[in-house]
Amino acid sequence: MFTWRNFFFLVLLHSVFTGYVAAKVIPVRPGNNVQALIDRAKAGDTLLISKGYYKQHSLVVKKKLTLIGRDYPVFDGLGKYEVLFIYADSVVVKGLQVQNIGKSSMNDLAGIKVSDHRDVVITGNRIINGTYGIYLQNSKFCVVKGNYIQSNATDELSSGNGIHAWKSTDLLILDNIISGHRDGIYFEFVSNSTIRNNRSFRNVRYGLHFMFSNNDRYEYNKFSENGAGVAVMYSKVVTMVGNIFIHNWGDASYGLLLKDISDSRISNNRFLKNTVGIYMEGTSRIEVNQNTFEENGWALRVQANSSGSNFHRNNFVGNSFDVATNGTLMLNYFSNNYWDKYDGYDLDKDGTGDVPYYPVSAYSVITEQVPVAMILYRSFLSGLIEMVEKILPTLIPDQMKDDRPLIKRINLHDRNTPVN
Amino acid sequence: MRTIVKYIFLDLLRNKVVLVYAVILALLSFSLLNLDNNTAKGLLGLLNITLLFVPLISILFATIYFFNSIEFIELLLAQPVKRDKVLLAEYTGLATSLSIAYLLGIGLPVLLMAPGMPALILLITGLLLTLIFSALALLVFVLFKDKTKAIGASLVVALFFTLLFDGFLLTFIYSFNDYPIDKAVLGFIAFNPVDLARVLMLLQLDVAVLMGYSGALFKKFLGSAFGSFYSVCCLLIWVGIPLILSVRLFRRKDL
Amino acid sequence: MIEIRQLIKSFGKFRALDDISLSLKGHQAISLLGSNGSGKTTLIKSILGLVIPESGSISVNGKEVKHGYSYRADIGFMPQIGRYPDNMTIGQVINMVREMRSDVRAYDEDLIRDFGIEGLKNKVMRTLSGGTRQKVSACLAFLFNPGILILDEPTAGLDPLSSEILRAKISNEREKGKLILITSHVLSDLEGLASEVIYLQDGKLMFHRRVRDILESAGEEKLNKAVAKLMRSVSHGGEEK
Repeated sequence: MFTWRNFFFLVLLHSVFTGYVAAKVIPVRPGNNVQALIDRAKAGDTLLISKGYYKQHSLVVKKKLTLIGRDYPVFDGLGKYEVLFIYADSVVVKGLQVQNIGKSSMNDLAGIKVSDHRDVVITGNRIINGTYGIYLQNSKFCVVKGNYIQSNATDELSSGNGIHAWKSTDLLILDNIISGHRDGIYFEFVSNSTIRNNRSFRNVRYGLHFMFSNNDRYEYNKFSENGAGVAVMYSKVVTMVGNIFIHNWGDASYGLLLKDISDSRISNNRFLKNTVGIYMEGTSRIEVNQNTFEENGWALRVQANSSGSNFHRNNFVGNSFDVATNGTLMLNYFSNNYWDKYDGYDLDKDGTGDVPYYPVSAYSVITEQVPVAMILYRSFLSGLIEMVEKILPTLIPDQMKDDRPLIKRINLHDRNTPVN
Repeated sequence: MRTIVKYIFLDLLRNKVVLVYAVILALLSFSLLNLDNNTAKGLLGLLNITLLFVPLISILFATIYFFNSIEFIELLLAQPVKRDKVLLAEYTGLATSLSIAYLLGIGLPVLLMAPGMPALILLITGLLLTLIFSALALLVFVLFKDKTKAIGASLVVALFFTLLFDGFLLTFIYSFNDYPIDKAVLGFIAFNPVDLARVLMLLQLDVAVLMGYSGALFKKFLGSAFGSFYSVCCLLIWVGIPLILSVRLFRRKDL
Repeated sequence: MIEIRQLIKSFGKFRALDDISLSLKGHQAISLLGSNGSGKTTLIKSILGLVIPESGSISVNGKEVKHGYSYRADIGFMPQIGRYPDNMTIGQVINMVREMRSDVRAYDEDLIRDFGIEGLKNKVMRTLSGGTRQKVSACLAFLFNPGILILDEPTAGLDPLSSEILRAKISNEREKGKLILITSHVLSDLEGLASEVIYLQDGKLMFHRRVRDILESAGEEKLNKAVAKLMRSVSHGGEEK
């Protein structure tokens, strides 16, 4: 199994066997000119940075070095500058505290930026009050692990992303804790990468944002209280497994927003207390199975331009509305889901109901057209409307049904590794 | 006044209708909450019962009770006591009994099987509806001389608030959908205690969906404690106004 | 003790009391006569403050009825139909009224004793016969020893024995100087009790005379005959006007 420790070990082995036998450890103390020490060091050397405040920024690493901080030495961008710029392969940055990164509308200033190189490891750092925290561009095989990235952005314009990756491949984003940025994690043109076991919360826009990124996988992350949830857009073959989407509230706020996505898989996730669990627009061939949708406003909002998706063996529990759609045609398929609102019967005792379940509620169709009508939701009147609709269906697309709804809730939680 | 309340309460404690009411509520609560361990669904079921049956039963039972007490009220008024006191004592005794029936029937099972904020809000709405519709019954009692007409009026009042009002409101919303009517709609809601009670519960159960609607006022109203505060205040006013009106009118009523 | 001046009360178009003036004194048992709808009950209710008159005034022991409720402390009222909350016991009803009148310490419990109410204390009101409820009403009317007693058809549902007990009690109280106002449409009930007769018809006061005078002027020995004669004469006289 791949863990960061193994990887780190391999990187070390690699450096040992490629001939830098004379690697030195260079101690760095507050007051030293760090840039000068970096420049003087030879490729393969380690800078051991002791605790303290370093009023130094815009550091550039152009050779393969290992930077290790002891007790989080502080590097300060003074609210104006970038702090660390890595322009070499196989650099390791560990245990630093990087703070007060500058803001600029011209270019993206970052706490730690990696550009055009590979095998860089950024691990166990603290990045406080940054615009962009860790920034990877045009890079490969980099590892970003166990970093604590916190800021306090209030609007989208003046803020940056916690972990920002652009035009890269084969990245590993693990165990990071990210909050208070525009997007917690941002991927644009990134492929073959994995995002695992991160926590991304209270970001102004998305907890995780995918754009034009194919063949990626994100799993066992927790996304909570983000302005608009998680967005995956214009991408293919994305695997989303075991994540928790919780408490993403507001208009235009989603647990998971899918736009122009195809051939992807969403499994074993939990969507809890979001305004919309999953919003799908222009998606095709998505497998949605073994997920739990609990106490969301709408568990699913599937726009009519989405097609060929299968919703199989999911739990729908305590949602205000299970499914909403904007058209009369439904080209996605529901089977063997558990719907707590289902009140059919199972006379043949095969565990599935004998009459289909229609997950689109008539009143949700009405509120779709007339949002203010929501104020009458759960009234006797809205109940009557639902009842009439059941007898004389007129509002609900009639392909929109689960022919074999499960009678009992599927036990899925044991498969969901909760994030601490 | 406390004396009269006490004895009316003792009388109603042994009233079969009140007992049956409490027992039926309790049976419904246990069966709904036991169903497939989904407390949210159970609470919703109880909410529907609360919104539909509590107003109806409260106003009908109270109206009949007040009319059956006319001779007793006359007897009390032959004593040197103020009319206001006798009337309010009648109301208090009755409303207390119905509230206790509700608390035992729904409150006890809910607190045992689904404790939490939504359960608490459900109980508060149920109690307030009991108080309001008993007060409306008192007003009907004071306004009408004929018992049969009064019962008819009570039915109309209950039907109006549980169904007709919402029908008119929905028609209004549909007709003026293109205009900014958020504020107006929130204003209208204040005129129906059943809607206020329901909104109070919606704020507990469906915040997620309510937050999905744009419109600054709506969001501000529904997204904060203000919404609940507003609803509770309006509901309290709904208890007060029929009571004050009843007392005023009763001062001039010929028995 | 009770002064009524130019009392007028209408229900819609119907005039229930039409310019009634009466002066009622103590030491009297006054029989208020009249057919159904003649205004008897309205008059009683006006005195009790249950019906609010349009004009005119009533004063009880010098206190204006419309100015307060304290005057009622000196009135005992026995309604025509005694209806009580279904599940109260007789004991509870009596206790409740006692607690309401915490100002009074000395109770007149003669009727409670004579009717044997004590033994029925735990009976629930719902299960009682009309007669027993009448007895309870009578007990309550006399309980606080009021100076004025207003009894609406008191003997209507009572058995002869109880009726006799009540009658004895009434005459006994009259002796003590009380004013007792009794409505009735059964004349024979009043024999030997009434000292004055008030006759109402269609909301108008037809006459208010002492029994002795009535007997004398009619030349009859029996009150009911004399009253019937008098009624006939005033009714005809009224029509001629």
